[in-house]
Amino acid sequence: MSIKIKTLDLKKRMQSALQGGGAKAIEKQVAMGKMTARERIISLLDPNSFHEYDLFVEHAAKDFDMDKKHLPGDGVITGTGTINGFPVCIYAQDFTVAGGSLGLMHARKITKIMDHAMNLKIPIIGINDSGGARIQEGVNSLAGYGEIFYRNTRASGVIPQISVILGPCAGGAVYSPALTDFVFVVDKISKMFITGPEVIKSVLGEEISMEELGGARVHSEITGNAHFFSESETECFEKIKKLVTYIPWNNQKKADPFPKKAPKTKQFKIDKIIPTDPREPYDVRDVIRSISDDSDFFEVQELFAANMVVGFGRLNGQTIGFVANQPMVLAGVLDVDSSDKAARFIRYCDSFNIPLVTLVDLPGYLPGIDQEHAGVIRHGAKILYSYSEATVPKITVILRKAYGGGYIAMCSRHLRADFVFAWPTAEIAVMGPEGAANIIFRHEIMNAEKPEEVRKKKVAEYKKKFANPYVAAAHGYIDAVIEPSETRRFVNHALEISAQKKELVPEKKHGIPPF
Amino acid sequence: MKKSKGNNKNNIKLIVDDVVYNTQVNKAFLKRKPYEPLNPKQVTSFMPGNIQEVFVEEGTRVTEGEKLCILEAMKMKNIIMAPMDGVVKKMNVKVGDKVPKNYVLAELK
Repeated sequence: MSIKIKTLDLKKRMQSALQGGGAKAIEKQVAMGKMTARERIISLLDPNSFHEYDLFVEHAAKDFDMDKKHLPGDGVITGTGTINGFPVCIYAQDFTVAGGSLGLMHARKITKIMDHAMNLKIPIIGINDSGGARIQEGVNSLAGYGEIFYRNTRASGVIPQISVILGPCAGGAVYSPALTDFVFVVDKISKMFITGPEVIKSVLGEEISMEELGGARVHSEITGNAHFFSESETECFEKIKKLVTYIPWNNQKKADPFPKKAPKTKQFKIDKIIPTDPREPYDVRDVIRSISDDSDFFEVQELFAANMVVGFGRLNGQTIGFVANQPMVLAGVLDVDSSDKAARFIRYCDSFNIPLVTLVDLPGYLPGIDQEHAGVIRHGAKILYSYSEATVPKITVILRKAYGGGYIAMCSRHLRADFVFAWPTAEIAVMGPEGAANIIFRHEIMNAEKPEEVRKKKVAEYKKKFANPYVAAAHGYIDAVIEPSETRRFVNHALEISAQKKELVPEKKHGIPPF
Repeated sequence: MKKSKGNNKNNIKLIVDDVVYNTQVNKAFLKRKPYEPLNPKQVTSFMPGNIQEVFVEEGTRVTEGEKLCILEAMKMKNIIMAPMDGVVKKMNVKVGDKVPKNYVLAELK
């Protein structure tokens, strides 16, 4: 046989494999408003950069007549490619092939590409669209999931791991995304849950749609399982492309620098954003945009626990992780969800050498029975743990109020912030003036002829004396009181001089964070 | 959140340490369930399931640890026992009922 005929044979085989589940199944996929697995990879990666491997992998199942079935690629497409020139390993489950169900060889393809990613020290992106375990393969499909989870955990903090949920992802399958760094979901397409509506109906008699149970909105707003919400697959891919510009290839590297660019000061006037009355709200993201390069801010978990804002931006052209209290929502308090959100983001940045800039304006922890019973002690501790643990440069700017436990938690000097700056509007105190005065002067107020008047007087006295940054400055707890307009200059300088920071941590296997 | 659309229905006053803050609420905050104190005389389902057998009826005198019913859940036959000595004031389930989590199965007195 000539090489030509052999090549033709190869082409024929490839063509057949590239069909996936065939025209009918593809039609169904498109009717659901979804792209096919291969289309997804191609629209996410740079043109012509995708190189596919394991196209001819066949499943090895014998039971239930599986030996008579041919599943092209065993329902998953794997390979490598680039995004904006940034190398990545990628896999996409193909719902058109046996519902993207996970059998042994399907899992082996995934673990193989994950192993590549770990060895090559480049990110791994997983596109999930699967009906779940391939029941016919029995315990082998469970083994497959387990092997994936193990690798997800081993790779955590070593290489960036991105999960994209573009279809169902149910039962055990949800734990791979849960173990990865960032989860992307798309409205009306992504569905994640442990037990589906069917099971819930049979056990409880309660009816709920997949969308209400575990749709994209639910995971973006309520559970916090998802980090990025998009209206369409195309928008989702644009977000992934943007995200990879902020992060390094692996934990030994820094994110690629960008050209320095001044913020859009006409649009975001740093002097005009915050009301001086600490009880009035504003959008803290405007403060971030008033100092970040090109006023760029790429928010993570925008819809979840919005009382805390986290996300990426750049200063001096270098990627920064911003963590900020959001006075616009729940007065910016710390609670169970916002602590979880911030703690995880802080640990992400620390793992991947991204300096942290923290903007503080909060009244403290959210009071309430539901919070206490939901474990705000344990969850709130996470934020202390992750700030204390982080060894990347940590810069804190106290914008306005920083009361009580909230002051300590938000990357105070005491948790080893490298630099703490405060605006003249800052109020660093053990608690809000009203509460403090009510406690300290309780007897005076109670015994007064006109208690209300005395209370007001005492609150005013307390405010004058303590509701400012100068008491903390007198103790050296903050490094400088700065004008708002000087924030960028101070923070940029602080980052520049902490570029070589190396902090030694006590030798240990790992800590025991308050999970 | 594209832009806060100025819809004021989510605006609230939040009090922390006697200070009143003007702010908005999020979905999770709105979904909070009010606290209900535990009532030791109520026997509740610890997980959703089916009632497979009922051993007592209203007026039955029971001692602590006595079987009240069997709640089949997660492929297990879970024995629901009386938490204290007493008399069954009300039995809220019968064989075949599907119950959600924390459903009051029986009340004792």
